[in-house]
Amino acid sequence: MQRKAIFGGRALPYALLLPQLAVTLVFFFWPAGMALYQSVLREDPFGLAAEFVWFENFAEVLSDPGYLQSLRTTAVFAASVTLLSLSAGLFLAVQADKVRRGAGLYRTLLIWPYAVAPAVAAVLWLFLFHPEIGLLGRALNAAGIPWDYRLNGGQAMALVVLAASWKQVSYNFLFFLAGLHAIPASVLEAAAIDGAKPVRRFWTVVFPLLSPTTFFLLVVNLVYAFFDTFGVIHALTRGGPGNATETLIYRVYVDGVDNLDLGGSAAQSVILMAIVVALTAIQFRYIERRVHY
Amino acid sequence: MATLALEGIRKSFGPVEVLHGIDLDVADGEMIVMVGASGCGKSTLLRLVAGLEVPTEGRILIGGRDVTALEPAERDIAMVFQNYALYPHMTVFGNMAYGLKIRGLPRAEIARRVQEAADLLGIGALLDRRPRQLSGGQRQRVAMGRAIVREPKLFLFDEPLSNLDAKLRVQMRAEIRRLQRRLGVTSLFVTHDQTEAMTLGDRLVVMNAGRAAQVATPMQVWSRPADVFVAGFIGSPAMNFLDATLTHGGTAATLRAGPVLPFADGRRAGPEGMGLVLGIRPEHVLAAAPGEAGEWEAAVTVVVELAEPLGSETVLHGRLPDGEELTARLPAAEVPALGGAAQVSLALRLPAAALHVFEASGGRRLDPVA
Repeated sequence: MQRKAIFGGRALPYALLLPQLAVTLVFFFWPAGMALYQSVLREDPFGLAAEFVWFENFAEVLSDPGYLQSLRTTAVFAASVTLLSLSAGLFLAVQADKVRRGAGLYRTLLIWPYAVAPAVAAVLWLFLFHPEIGLLGRALNAAGIPWDYRLNGGQAMALVVLAASWKQVSYNFLFFLAGLHAIPASVLEAAAIDGAKPVRRFWTVVFPLLSPTTFFLLVVNLVYAFFDTFGVIHALTRGGPGNATETLIYRVYVDGVDNLDLGGSAAQSVILMAIVVALTAIQFRYIERRVHY
Repeated sequence: MATLALEGIRKSFGPVEVLHGIDLDVADGEMIVMVGASGCGKSTLLRLVAGLEVPTEGRILIGGRDVTALEPAERDIAMVFQNYALYPHMTVFGNMAYGLKIRGLPRAEIARRVQEAADLLGIGALLDRRPRQLSGGQRQRVAMGRAIVREPKLFLFDEPLSNLDAKLRVQMRAEIRRLQRRLGVTSLFVTHDQTEAMTLGDRLVVMNAGRAAQVATPMQVWSRPADVFVAGFIGSPAMNFLDATLTHGGTAATLRAGPVLPFADGRRAGPEGMGLVLGIRPEHVLAAAPGEAGEWEAAVTVVVELAEPLGSETVLHGRLPDGEELTARLPAAEVPALGGAAQVSLALRLPAAALHVFEASGGRRLDPVA
């Protein structure tokens, strides 16, 4: 059912595509190409000399136990963020869906966190959980629970997971709410008449019917946790304590900017690029096919 | 299987009252059809019985038990929705088995009952399909199947045939009736289609603006409509209504168009000159040569505005001298050739025996005094 627009000449369609192509070229293909190129070079920190080393950088990165540790950290971080933000988003959407009066207000308020910049969000959580100046941080210590995310790796991970998830909950909330609206009321009524109580109705009818939304969000949230959480981690823990919260994306920054290992950093970027390509491919494949029901 | 009783049911949505006190007694195994124009409250009434809405006032009793405050799940009813409302992510088997699984029936029992119901409906071969792989008629059957496997006390049908094409609708209509008779389950059927209402119901509830205008068998509704609304709603083409006044000491009506029509069935009580509405069905209007009208008839002349040939019959739309419309359904042979620019006048007879007399104010049926 796609309609083809008819253009008189060849110039106009290309001219219309040009701005988008230019943006993609300058901000994606060029840096991506540079990363690919640098990933096979060994450069001195000042960029004065470069040596072509084939895949040595990749071999080094992949055999580095620190990198593998970072991969595990990322897996834990991404899984936690995805699970937490998805379930919180779903819970809030289900609650907001029940509300009739003031529904618009709830919706607007729940969407706000998405408009907050990652670093600002992180500072907000910092003010809550800082062991000396944070409201909750102080309260925890006062209650006899030793809390200092600057020393305790587990606590640091919990905090960045919390902050990163909080940012993403709004997004999930919106999509889940739209998904809930798309379920015909009569199907739920039929289930009610069939004898299903609300909780059962949710797990046997609502949740399965949300599966297209859930799957889409699963991929989006994984991509978010992998690639868009640099700001939160940087502002809260800087990858520490030790390497407890050093995810792959954070390590690219540390190795490239702090350690000035340009080749190694580029090789890591290329690996991350491969991961995001794989995730996107999975998403397109399944969203297009609508395998869900 | 059970009786159903509605006692003084009122329902308001905010400040708007949509049901103004409905009373109804349904016998065990009876099929009641609620018919009316859209917005008359028939679907709301059904949803109240289902428990999907809560009445503002009144009681609902199923099998003598007050269920007004119970959840839909606790009422032991089954409902067939207009859009079928099948679970899109479950197979046909899953759809039909859902309610039984919730009741915790053993697997073998569930499989047996689903298979039985599916065979009864001719969908036994489709049990592994998903709803989206089915045609409209098949989905309709699955929805029916989901209702009957539960062996509920009450079937509720919410315009289940309105999404089907005309041919399938006639077929499913007959099938629903057969099935309901065979299973003997008390049923409420909501429709806006008068043909469905007439053919399906043991009794009809004709709804008008939140009230039950008449509760009676289809033939009673057709032959003795309780008021002008019911008279105009049931029957196609719709009944003619002519303004008249009560004259001759209550034994006849004088049409606004002129002729006097004596009442064939007796005198009506009321002051001389009281306003009346006379109803006559188009199929009861007869063709006549001018001046041929008998004693119990009135002769009128209409200017024909439109003729709709239906084959063996023709529906004529004409206008009386005083401007009122009159529709007649005549055998094609009795209709003179029409055509050309010239206006055709036609003499028609209104037999007194086919007359329905209503009060002009209020529209209630005015029966003869005994």
